[in-house]
Formats: sequence, structure tokens, C-alpha cells
Amino acid sequence: MRYFIVLVLVLFTVTANAQDWEDRKVFANAPTVQKLRILSSTDTSFFEPIIDSYLNDNPDTEIEYLVTGTAAIDDIFRTTPKDFDIVVSSAMDLQLKLVNDGYATRVDGADHPSWAKWRQSLFAFTLEPAAIVINKAAFAGLKVPKTRQELIQILRAQPEQFRGKLGTYDVRQSGLGYLFATQDARASETYWRLMEVMGSLGTRLYCCSGDMIDDLERGDILVAYNVLGSYADARAQNGEKIEVILPSDFPTTMMRTALVSKSAPNADAAKNFILHLIRSQSGDQGDGANLLPPVVLNPGQQTITLEPALMTYLDKLKRQTFVKEWERAIIQ
Amino acid sequence: MTDGLRISSSLQKRMMVTLIAGAAILAIILFFIVRGYAAKIAQDGQDNILGASVSSILDAAVIRDGTVEVDFPYASFSMLDTDLDDRVFYAIYQDGELISGYENLPQLSQVRGTQSVFQTLQFEDNQVRIASATRTLIGARDRTEVSVSIAQTQDALSRTLNRISRNVAAFGAGFFALVALLSYWATATTIKPLMRLASSVEKRGPQDLSPFQKEVPAEMVPLVSSLNTLMGRLDQSLTQSEDFIAEAAHRVRTPLATVRSYAEATLQRVSKKENRAALRSMVRAIDESSRAASQLLDHAMITFRADHLQKERIDLVDLVQELAVRLAPIAEMKDVEFNLQNDPSVEIHGDLILIQNAIRNLIDNALKYSPNEAAINIAIRSSPRPYVEICDQGPGFPPDDMANLTKRFTRGKNADGTIGSGLGLTIAKDVATAHDGALELSNHPKGGACVILSF
Amino acid sequence: MKYLLVEDNQELANAICSRMKLDGHVIDHADKIQDAIAYAETGEYDLVLLDIMLPDGDGRSFLKHQRDQEKDTPIIVLTARSQVSDRISILDLGADDYVTKPFDHAELQARCRAVLRRKAGATQPVLQFGDVAFNQLAGQLTVKGEVINLRNRELRLFELLLNARGQIFSKQKLVDRLFSYDEDVSENAVEVYIGRLRKHLEDTSLNITTHRGLGYRLDND
Repeated sequence: MRYFIVLVLVLFTVTANAQDWEDRKVFANAPTVQKLRILSSTDTSFFEPIIDSYLNDNPDTEIEYLVTGTAAIDDIFRTTPKDFDIVVSSAMDLQLKLVNDGYATRVDGADHPSWAKWRQSLFAFTLEPAAIVINKAAFAGLKVPKTRQELIQILRAQPEQFRGKLGTYDVRQSGLGYLFATQDARASETYWRLMEVMGSLGTRLYCCSGDMIDDLERGDILVAYNVLGSYADARAQNGEKIEVILPSDFPTTMMRTALVSKSAPNADAAKNFILHLIRSQSGDQGDGANLLPPVVLNPGQQTITLEPALMTYLDKLKRQTFVKEWERAIIQ
Repeated sequence: MTDGLRISSSLQKRMMVTLIAGAAILAIILFFIVRGYAAKIAQDGQDNILGASVSSILDAAVIRDGTVEVDFPYASFSMLDTDLDDRVFYAIYQDGELISGYENLPQLSQVRGTQSVFQTLQFEDNQVRIASATRTLIGARDRTEVSVSIAQTQDALSRTLNRISRNVAAFGAGFFALVALLSYWATATTIKPLMRLASSVEKRGPQDLSPFQKEVPAEMVPLVSSLNTLMGRLDQSLTQSEDFIAEAAHRVRTPLATVRSYAEATLQRVSKKENRAALRSMVRAIDESSRAASQLLDHAMITFRADHLQKERIDLVDLVQELAVRLAPIAEMKDVEFNLQNDPSVEIHGDLILIQNAIRNLIDNALKYSPNEAAINIAIRSSPRPYVEICDQGPGFPPDDMANLTKRFTRGKNADGTIGSGLGLTIAKDVATAHDGALELSNHPKGGACVILSF
Repeated sequence: MKYLLVEDNQELANAICSRMKLDGHVIDHADKIQDAIAYAETGEYDLVLLDIMLPDGDGRSFLKHQRDQEKDTPIIVLTARSQVSDRISILDLGADDYVTKPFDHAELQARCRAVLRRKAGATQPVLQFGDVAFNQLAGQLTVKGEVINLRNRELRLFELLLNARGQIFSKQKLVDRLFSYDEDVSENAVEVYIGRLRKHLEDTSLNITTHRGLGYRLDND
């Protein structure tokens, strides 16, 4: 599978910019003298305000913003690290391994808490919980679940109502989904029971939070597990069809991270951008322009730690074992 | 006093240099030992964690359905987290074939059992510490070897080491400074008895050749005892030479006295003019040689004592009065009178023997040049400075020659026919100089020589 | 006066003795300390002349012996050592005075006289010649109740003439005895002192006569 993707990517890069990006946008206040290429898993709309404010301060810079999935980012970047200046991803484990494997360069001068950075090379700039998102209409008359355990009980109690109407990440495709899954599994056995229940009811697997939320709004599915809270919040405010639940038994909170490529064509500008990114996400500014939650830890709140242990589930054997078990649970 | 001594660097300096150099070497050795020890402890700490991590992975290895599964715990890597976010590399091999992890991580050759083997090596431009262990898994059909290597960069370790080095360096510098201070104190204390001995030698009077009785440190006993021996020998040889001089003087002067007495007696029996003249010259020659010898000895004694004045309180009035009594018989022979005019008491601080000698010489001179039945006026006053003035009624000093009179062996031009060696004024002048005083010569307007010895 | 001379040099001792006798004194001679102590114990001496270096010891031990015995016979030391420190140590041991060898006999006599005078105090022997009383130590003549203090040379001249009454002294001999050898005086200098003595002795039983070409003579009528 992976080899196939690599092969495909190689073919794609050979045929120039014909890469199959989820989104690609060039920001520039003409004329420009330098260019930054940002490889990102964050939807353009969420990242745009940060780029705009950077370009205001640095009008001579052009930014090409390329969006794709977290797993794809890892593959593309490992293959052609010289093509990109900055990598932004929500898959903390993959990002950390990139740094560990020497793909990133140090960025000095960042005033950032130590839990939010690793080796002065990987910088967290958001704090985003994984959420259970439900279709409000489907739960009319039902108790809204506050924990995974309550969700399991509801699903077991009303199996017919939810059969085929559940959704979660396909951990084989989504790096973020795999991260959420492994961290859940690490935290509690409840995860596996939930997966078994969901698997027995038939669960749709998604590559991305966006697709899941789309289907949820449409009513194709009624419950989405481990959706990115920030994306869901954005939709919940607009549509009022869905409700975002942060499970209170154990929260899984992810940090979006950014790094500067060691072989960045425009390393100085890239470092400047990172500093700008950290500043604008530090939570001090509070201008409300930013759509992404700032990297501020509330008392008692915990996140997935930036530590070498993140590489545990990236281990080939561990991944095989985990995926096998996951498949056994969810695909029945 | 140090003229002619060959001086090598001071003992105190030498001791201090030795001690401080020793302290510096000690501090440096201490620095390396403590740092080495700390480095070993720090390295052991890292090794322990790496070893634990390796064991936890090996423990997770199982054969399931004929394939090796290594479902190692999250903690295996979690425990490797460091302050400086050290990079971690790992590799899992089955029978030497990589089954997971970093493929280019060097495989250690000497790995035998589950006990980890450690090595420091270069990996991807970083110095890493690698731990490696192996375990045999026995499956249903066959047995297989699983080995695990975990490598970690040493950023945190080297920061710890740097911090330890800095602390140890500061500690070493502090130790050094303390020792330097202590060695200054110790050398000063050690050298003190030596200084005390030196100053007590210096303070001694010229005649004091007695042995040192004070307590001295054991190390100085050889020095002090040889000093005592030397002084004993010096004392003995001085006594011997004094005895010798006394004996010589006796042997020479007694026959001279005999000759003089005979000459005197003979003079009274001969009447021929030439014979009488010859006898008189003979007596004169004897007197002159005797007086010259005395004055030479006195002068030598004064020169010696001038360097080591034994000062005491002296009342010049008492001193002059006693001298006058002592010299009265000689004055009477010429019917010369001493007229003393003095303040009740004129005290000075000086060497009694020297001052007595000087004044005696001055009065002797006055007596010699006085005519018969004349007076010698002696004034002793305390202001403006304490002084003794001696005026005779003789011919006075030759006015054109006064400056030279106090020079050694110079006699006034008019002194022919008077017995003397010419040392009298020199002696007085030397004594005055030794006491920061002055000797002034003048002639009285009504005739006669005046000498003022002031202090 | 009766003197004791302690001196090991025979020649010098002879010279001193003959000279003392010439001056009219009685003198005994000892040439070692042992003898000197024996002499001092048997005879009453007016004065001791003591040499320091003696064959059987240091003269200072005699000095010390005498003082320990509480004998206050005046002692004049004859020393060959001229150094101040020696002189002081001699005086400290109880000597009354000292003369350094070689010495002028006149000086020795002067010192003897001075010492005797100090020691004698008020009870001084007085010689009587008719209407003239003579206190030798004080150098005083008492003529018809009138006290005359003789000057030193007058006194010495008077003593000389008195000790050898009826004997003629030439001018030359008198000069030799009265003046020291470094004084260049003519024989006529004696006439001054003869003249003064004659004036003191006017109208007394003592009479100095001039013998032309020969000298002077003191007669006691």
C-alpha cells in the first residue's frame, strides 16, 4: 500500500504540479521576491488569516499553501523535502518522527512553553480536542451521551436506530485518525468496546473530519466519533444541526504542529513565518481573527505529549498489530 | 646589613609558590576526577534507562502463529524523554534481519544475552549512546533470536555534564582560592619564628654573645644551635683576643714604664745639656707612643660602638663633674683650675662610654694646651641644645686650619712639643656624629681654644 | 707615708721604690698576690699601688679580697690597659684610682696625694716646725695662726725642700721635679716659686737660702 503511494507520488512530482492536492492556493501581494511553500493538513480557510497577517508584515513574500492528508504529507515530504519550506500537520506522531529523523531545522527565538515544542524544531500552535459529534435531530428524546460509556449504552439500547449510521476515521488512511485511535486505546479499554459496538452496527470510515461533518449534517450518519473539535465547532455555529460533545471520561487533545524543513529553499523566511505563527496563536492577541484555537492549556487540561513515545505506534510491527486488531473490531 | 649576601628568593615566597602550585594541581586533578566520576554517573543513568527500554521491548516479543510480534509498551519510548528532547532511534532484528525500526542503525556485534551492551558512536552526524540486547524465542517449530537496539542522542547528557563541569570548575576555583589564602596564612605563621629569631639577633647589643634560650620550632633547632655554637666560638675568640691584647699591653707597657722611670731618675743625676735633652726626648717618645696606642684603641672602639649605640639616660653635669675629679690631680700638677658652670641637670640620651671618652679627650686637650696656673672653663647647658663647652687659655686653634683639625691624625701646627696622636678631636667628632650632634671649634676673643660638643 | 707596691716586674718595682723613697716615703714591695695579702695583713699601709697582671693571678682578686675584708686602705691600680671599659671595671671593683703604664712619676704622686687627701678627711696629720704648721695632704701652711693654701707647685717644692732640710737643690733638679717633660721651661721658672715660698715663710723659723751657683736650701732655725 505504502509503496504504491510512494510510486504514485514520484510519478506525480515528475509530471510537475499536477499533484492531486485537496486544495492549493497562492497568496501574494505582487510583486514578490521570495516564496514560501507550506505543506499542510489544515483546511485553507482556517489557516488563511494567519497567512494574511504575515503577508501584511512581509509584503515581499509569496506563499503557496498546499493541503493534503496527514499520511500523504509524511510521504510527500520524506520524498522531496527540498520542495517545501514548512510542514504543518495535525498528526503529532508523524511530525515528531520527522524531527527525530532529522528533517527539521531549529528555530531559535521562539518564546514558547516547553510542552508545546520539541527539540526547538517542532512547534505546536493549536490545542484541539477530539470530539463526539451527533446529529441533534436523531437524538431528540434521547439522553445526549457525555462519555464514551454512555455512547456505548445508547448504541446498545437502540441498535436499529444507529445501524449503518455511525462514522469514524479510517485509521489506515488518516494519520490523525490513527493518532486519536492509538491514544484512545492507550488511555482506556473503553475504546475497544466502543469500536466493537460500532463495528457490530456497521460504521462508515472517513479520511477526513470535513467529510464526516458533511455526512452528519446531511443525516447520512448520526454519530461521528473522534472528529476534530475545531472543525465541528465551526459548523455547529453555522448549521445548528449538529452538537459537539467533548467526552468527559478522558479527553484526547491534539496539537497541530509546524516545522521548518532542514532543506528549506527559503529557511530564513520560513523561520520568520513560524515565529509569526507562534505569536499569533499564543492567545495573547485575542483579536478574534484567528479561526484556530490558540495553544493555551487550561488548568487540568492535558494534551498528547510531545515525546519520543509518539513513535511507538508508528513502529511497523506495532502498527500491524494495532491495525489488525482495529480491523477485527470495526470491520465485521 | 644585607650587603654582600647572596639572596635567593624568599622562603615564604617559595613555600607559597609550592603550596599554591600544589593547590592548583590538586584543583585540576580534582576537577577531572569529579567530572569524570559525574560523567560516569550521568552515563550510567542514561545507560540504565536505555537498558530498561531495550528490556521492555524484548519482553514484549512473542511468537504468534509462527511470526514474531513485538507489541512493546508506550513506556518503552516514553521513558526516554529528556529535557532537551533527545532524538531516539531503534531497531528490532530477527535473526539479524531488520524487522522494524531504523534500518541504518549500526548493529552491535558483541551482543550475547538479555543484558544490554552499550556503546557510544556516531549516527546521522550525532553522537549517540546505543544499547543492545538479544533474546531467544522458542516457538512451536523453531527458535529465533530477537535483538533490539535503542540509540539516543546525548544533548541532555552533555548539558548536564557541562553544568557539572562548570560547578566543579567553580568549586575547584573556590578550593584553589581557599588554599591560596590558607597557604599565605600558613607560610606567614611558619615564617614568624624565623623573623622573631632574626629580630632578636638584631636587637642584641654588640657585647651580647650569650646563647639563645627561647623556644624555637624543632626545624630551627639546627640553625639556632649552630648559631649558638658560632656565638660561643666568637665569644671565646673575643675573650682570647682581649686576653691577648691585655697580655701584650702588659708586656709592652711595663718595660716602658720601667724605662721611663729610669730615664726620669737618670735625668736627675746628669747635668750635661745634650744628655738631658736626649733623656727628655726619650721620656716624651714613650709618653707619645703610649698615648697614641690608647687613643687608637679608643678610636677603634668608638668606630665599632657607633653602629650599636647602647643608649641610656645620662646627666652631663654628673659626668663632667666626675671627670673633673678624675683629672684634677693632673690639672693640679700645672696649677690649672677647672671652672664649672652648669644648669642643675642636663640630661641626654646617649652611649655613656662614648660620651665620657669624648669629653675626657676634650678636657685632656685643654689641659695639655693650658699654660700654668690658668683656668679651664667648662659650661654645661641644656639650651638651645644640650651641650658641653670647654675653653682653655692656651694659644687657641690655628685659625686657617680649623676645618682639618677633626680629621684623623691631624694636629694643630702649634702643637709641636705637646704630646698627642691627633686623635682626640677626631674621637670627639665621631662621637658627636654618632649621636646626631656636632663638634664646633672656635677661638675665644680673649685667647684660648673653645670646643662645643652639642647633642 | 707608708706604701705597699705590688708589682711583679722587678725593674719597675725598683724604679718606683727608689723614687718613692726619694720623696720621703716608706715603701714595701711584693711581687705576687699571696705576698701582697700577707704584707697587707701584717703592716698598716697608707696606700697600696697595685699591678693588675701578676704571676699568681689577676690583681683584681687582691682588690676584691681587700674590699671583702673591709679594709679601706686606698688602692691605686697600675694598669697596662687603657681602655675605658677596663678603667671602669677597675673602679667598680673598689680601686680609688688608676694610672696607665707608662706613667709620669709626678702624676702618680699627684694621684696618691689626691687619694690620700680624700680618704683622710678631717683627721689629717700636721707637721710642726716652730711657728709653722704644715698639713701635707691639704697643702696648707699655718703661719702665726694664718692659713695659707699652697699652690700645687709651691707645695711640691716645699715638700722637696722640707724632706731634705739642710740639703742644697740645684735649679735644674728642682725643674726636673716640678715640671713635666713636655713643658719647656727655663731654670729661672723655679725662682718664681722660691720667691712665693719665701714670702709665705717670712719671719718664721723656716728659711730658704740661696747658694749662688749651687741652688737653694731650707733651714729650720
